[in-house]
Amino acid sequence: MNTIWFFLITVSVIFSVINGKLDELTKSIFDGAKSAVEVSLFLLGIVALWLGITKIIEDSGLIHRLSRLFRPFISRLFKNIPKDHPAVTSITLNFLANLFGLGNAATPLGIKAMQDLQSLNKDTETATHEMMLFIVINTASIQLIPFTVIGILAEFGSKNPSGVVLPTILATILSAVFAVGTLFTCRKIFK
Amino acid sequence: MTTVNLISQLIIPVFILFAVAYGVAKKVRVYDCFVAGAKDGVTVVIKIFPYLLAIFIAVKSFQASGAFDFTKELFRGLFTVLNIPIEVLSIAIIKPLSGSASLGVFTNIVKTTGPDSLTSMISAVIMGSAETTFYVLAVYLGAVGIKNTRYLVSICLISDVVGIIIAIGIVKFFF
Repeated sequence: MNTIWFFLITVSVIFSVINGKLDELTKSIFDGAKSAVEVSLFLLGIVALWLGITKIIEDSGLIHRLSRLFRPFISRLFKNIPKDHPAVTSITLNFLANLFGLGNAATPLGIKAMQDLQSLNKDTETATHEMMLFIVINTASIQLIPFTVIGILAEFGSKNPSGVVLPTILATILSAVFAVGTLFTCRKIFK
Repeated sequence: MTTVNLISQLIIPVFILFAVAYGVAKKVRVYDCFVAGAKDGVTVVIKIFPYLLAIFIAVKSFQASGAFDFTKELFRGLFTVLNIPIEVLSIAIIKPLSGSASLGVFTNIVKTTGPDSLTSMISAVIMGSAETTFYVLAVYLGAVGIKNTRYLVSICLISDVVGIIIAIGIVKFFF
């Protein structure tokens, strides 16, 4: 991330000098700061909401029962998580929220999953294999029906807006398989 | 379609009701418990904020400086040779960087090329099958303060590129 950030900033400044867009660049930096605040405020609401709900699930012991229930589904991928650890539940709930396109629930539950995975981590500043696997699957955007996209296509009068569903699912599965495959290969190489 | 839609609408209310009802049954003080959990949420978001700030500033300046347009020009030749509509490139580059910006680009593509064009189809599949990678990385890694990401970022970026190639390939095959 350090390299990428440095690269983006440097390239941006150089290009804005060449293109004579220094004004726009300055404006965009403050725009970026503003967007970060707006997104954070939005996150604040939904993350607090979902961490409140998951706290109830934790204190009532439901999270461990659900973990035992969900474990068979994700244990093939996440081998190093103990049987009734809360991480199993938060990962499953995040995947479900993603599948059904519930972005407002997926991100907070994903944050919860990362916290649960962190509790299993010995070196708290280094990402574990499980964390990387979780993030890689999330960035592959596993979603059954892309509602927003279909909505836009329909709005502009598409003859068959849901025609994109099948290709999207196929593309998602293939890219997720590729990403997870690459991760497991890297794990073998860099062991 | 409608069934999935219905499940999507039902899943959150039912889940929340179930969580609260189960809590009450187990004699958990659900209100106090919810507030305590929500308080943790506030701490987490404050922790994430600096990471988001860094990402947003970098992405916005990249777009404003003209570097984004230059990257597009760079790939224009390749896309023409492969007979892929050049507009797809905008989506492909913007999607991993910004969710709201990619939605704007996508809407514009649908508006200008028509909702049933090949360009719209490819863009739609990319929109549905790619994720705002940098945002996800900033939020999830920031939330737990991970600094050493090992090979994670490289894998995510390679997967983005491959994912876009897959999306283009599938649409070309289908339509």
